[in-house]
Amino acid sequence: MMDSVDRAIINRLQGGFPVSDHPYREAADHLGISEAELIQRLEQMLEKRQLSRFGPLYNAERLGGGLSLCAMSIPEEDFERVAEQVNAFSEVAHNYARDHRLNMWFVLATETPTRIESVLAEIEDVTGYRVYNMPKKEEFFVGLKFEV
Amino acid sequence: MVLSDADRSLVAEIQGGLPLSSHPYAKVGERIGMEEQEVIERITRLQDEGIIKRLGIVVRHHELGYTANAMVVWDVPDEHLDEVGGKLGSESCVTLCYQRPRRLPEWPYNLFSMIHGKDRQRVLNYIDAIIESCGLEGIPHKVLFSGRRFKQRGARYQ
Repeated sequence: MMDSVDRAIINRLQGGFPVSDHPYREAADHLGISEAELIQRLEQMLEKRQLSRFGPLYNAERLGGGLSLCAMSIPEEDFERVAEQVNAFSEVAHNYARDHRLNMWFVLATETPTRIESVLAEIEDVTGYRVYNMPKKEEFFVGLKFEV
Repeated sequence: MVLSDADRSLVAEIQGGLPLSSHPYAKVGERIGMEEQEVIERITRLQDEGIIKRLGIVVRHHELGYTANAMVVWDVPDEHLDEVGGKLGSESCVTLCYQRPRRLPEWPYNLFSMIHGKDRQRVLNYIDAIIESCGLEGIPHKVLFSGRRFKQRGARYQ
């Protein structure tokens, strides 16, 4: 289980990590633990898959890629088949079932913005269902930080 | 900003994570033929320019006990969008807040927010509190809890 040191690490290092020649030592100093302990705890939390990764969170659009949120309305009896077909696309980053008539929601991340439309067309082709494309128009907040 | 080839190889090298060792940037540099100092300068610049939104821990919220995840969508009159988006985005339990296009007639909602919590009731309580504190009583909204998660991975860059 996670103890108070793990929680302090998670809460602090979601907010940033030093970019310097001794970053782990610097971060460890702030947390009041040794560099070796910080590294070991990060390794363990990664291993237990409590952390997705320890590294950068990129802005896909600024990297020149395409990104969009897409939704589909799939009848229950076809849901499994369509989920498999959609997830088979490497451009589908994550996919959630949600409780609405539009019941399948996935994020599409492509190498170029123009690829979004063509991947959507391919998905419609393969599945036989319409895809509602809802790209971001304006960003009011991205925190994605979780207190533990 | 146009990324150079050197930036691109750096972006690709660290996308899966930083090395867990005393001098991670030196190690990254060794792998792509760059001095430690150059790696540090380039990463700093990528952060300044917003290409790296954040560096550090990226959590798996589900595994941390945030098992209830709701996409709360709002049908906000266009002229009030900036105001409402700004208010919603500053609420501490809102982790993402974006304007997206309506898809009429099926989908009238234009403001999307994500709210995570340890169970559904808590998320619903957060939403009630937000409606009150932001004065959103007159704005139609819908709560879409997630059911199964089929796939979760970050985007990949070449």
